[in-house]
Amino acid sequence: MLILSGIAIVVLGFALRINPLPVVALAALATGLAAGHDLVAVIAAFGKAFNDSRFVTIPWLILPVIGLLERYGLQERARQVIGRVRVATPGRLLLVYMILRQVTAALGLTALGGHPQMVRPLIAPMAEGAADEPSEDDKQTIRAYAASADNVGVFFGEDIFVAIGSILLIKGFLEQNGIAVEPLDLSVWAIPTAFVALAVHGARLLLLDRKLRRTP
Amino acid sequence: MIQLGAVYVLAGLIFAAVAVLSAGDRANPRRIRNAAFWGLLALSFLFGDRFGDFGNGLLVLALVGVGGIWGLGIGKPKTTTPEERQRSSTVRGNALFLPALVIPAIALGGSFLLKPYAQPGQATLVSLALGIVVALAIAMLWLRPPLSAPLQEARRLFDSVGWATVLPQMLAALGAIFATSGVGDAVGRLMTSTIPLDSRFAAVAAYTIGMALFTMVMGNAFAAFPVMTAAIGLPLIVHKFGGDPAVMGAIGMLSGFCGTLLTPMAANFNIVPAALLELKDRNAVIKVQAPTALWLLAANTVLMYVLVFRR
Repeated sequence: MLILSGIAIVVLGFALRINPLPVVALAALATGLAAGHDLVAVIAAFGKAFNDSRFVTIPWLILPVIGLLERYGLQERARQVIGRVRVATPGRLLLVYMILRQVTAALGLTALGGHPQMVRPLIAPMAEGAADEPSEDDKQTIRAYAASADNVGVFFGEDIFVAIGSILLIKGFLEQNGIAVEPLDLSVWAIPTAFVALAVHGARLLLLDRKLRRTP
Repeated sequence: MIQLGAVYVLAGLIFAAVAVLSAGDRANPRRIRNAAFWGLLALSFLFGDRFGDFGNGLLVLALVGVGGIWGLGIGKPKTTTPEERQRSSTVRGNALFLPALVIPAIALGGSFLLKPYAQPGQATLVSLALGIVVALAIAMLWLRPPLSAPLQEARRLFDSVGWATVLPQMLAALGAIFATSGVGDAVGRLMTSTIPLDSRFAAVAAYTIGMALFTMVMGNAFAAFPVMTAAIGLPLIVHKFGGDPAVMGAIGMLSGFCGTLLTPMAANFNIVPAALLELKDRNAVIKVQAPTALWLLAANTVLMYVLVFRR
C-alpha cells in the first residue's frame, strides 16, 4: 500500500492549498521510491515523462495572438456586441454557448472552443457584458460559470462522436478482453447522459441570472 | 512525416523571448525569478531531447523550485490603456474577431488534411500551431503594432497564469509515473476488497462512483477506465450479472468525466481557467461545477442500472 503514498501527498497538498508544483513533484518521487527504484532513477523517470509530455503545453502558444488582439480591444468589442442584444443575460448567453459547444463536440469538432481560445477573450467578456452593472464579485461568479459551460459542453458532447479518443479507448479495452463492440454502439449510449447534462447545467445557468439579480 | 519538433522550437523561442523581456522589466521586483522560470521552460522545449532523462529531471526540479517554492512575480509590460482599447474596439469593430476565429478554422481543416502525413494525435497540434502563426501574421499586418508587441502581450498573459502554465504537463508526467508504478492496480484491489458487491445496484454504483473518485485522483478518466473496468465493470456487471458491455463502457466513461469536473488534478479544465480568467479563488470553477457533477453522477448511476440490464 506504500505505492499509494503519492496519492495521499496529492490529496493532502490540494487540501492544504500548498502550491501544486512541489506537491506533484514530491508525489512523483514518493511513488517512484515506493515502487523500489533509487532516487536517481526516479528523477530520471520523472524527467523523461515531463519531456515526453511537452505537447500538453503547446496550446499556450495561442497567447501572443490573444494578447495582441486584447491590446486592440477584443474583450471590449465582445462586451459591446452582446450589450446591444436586449434579451441577452449571462445565463442565457452561456446556455447558448454550452449548447453550441456540446453540438459541435458531438460532431467531432472539439477544437472549436477551449479556455484560452474562446472563454477568456470572447465568452467571459460577453457574459459580463450581458450582465446589468455587475459588481466585482458578480464578475468573478460569471467568469467561473463561463469556464464551467465550456467544460460541461465539451465533456458531455464529445462521446457522441464515434472517433473521439475516449470511445476508441473503451473499444480497445473491451476488445483486449474479448468483447467486440462497434464505436457507434458506444456513442449511442452517451446520448442519454448528454441530455441530462444539458438539462442540469442549463437550468443552473438560467438560475445564475436570478442569483445575480438578487445581489444588487 | 510531420513532426512536433518544429512546434517545440517555436514554443521554446517564445518562452525564451518572455524570459529575456522579463529580465529587463524593472517594474517587477521578482524579475530574475520570472526570467529563470521562463528561461528553464525555453531550455526544455529547445534542447529537452539532448539533456538525457536525468538532466530533464533536474530541470523539472529547478522549475518546481523557482515557480512553486521561490515564487514568481507579475511583470508590467507596456500595453494599451482601457480608454485606448475602448476607442480601438469601436474603430476596428467586429473585424477584431477574425484573427481569433482563423485559429480554430485552420486547426480543424489542418487536422483533417494533415492526418495522413503526421504521427497519430499530432496532426491537431501541428495544425493548431499553424493556425496561430497565420493568425499572428494577419493581426501584425493589419494592426501594425510595434514588433515586440505580441511577445510583450504574451508575457502579460503568461505572467498572469504563472506557475499554472506547467501544471498540466507536470500532472501528465505524474500520471505516467503512477501508471508504471502500478498505482492503478493497487487502487482497484483496495476498492474491490473493501466494498461488498453482491447486488446489481451495488456493483453499478461502485463502478460509477469508483470511476468518478479514481478520476479525481488521477485527474483523467482515461487513466481510471481500464483499472475500474477490470476491477468491477467486467467481472461483476458484465460477467456475473450479464450486463451490456457497450452501455457499461459508455456510461462508465461519462461517470469518470463527472470526476474530472470536481478535481484540481484536471488542471487544464479547472485550475488553468481560474488563472486565465483572473479568479481570486483558484477552486472557483470546481465549486461552480460541483452540483452539476454530483447530479450527473447520480443520473449516470440510475441510467446505467436501468439500461445495462435491459435485455
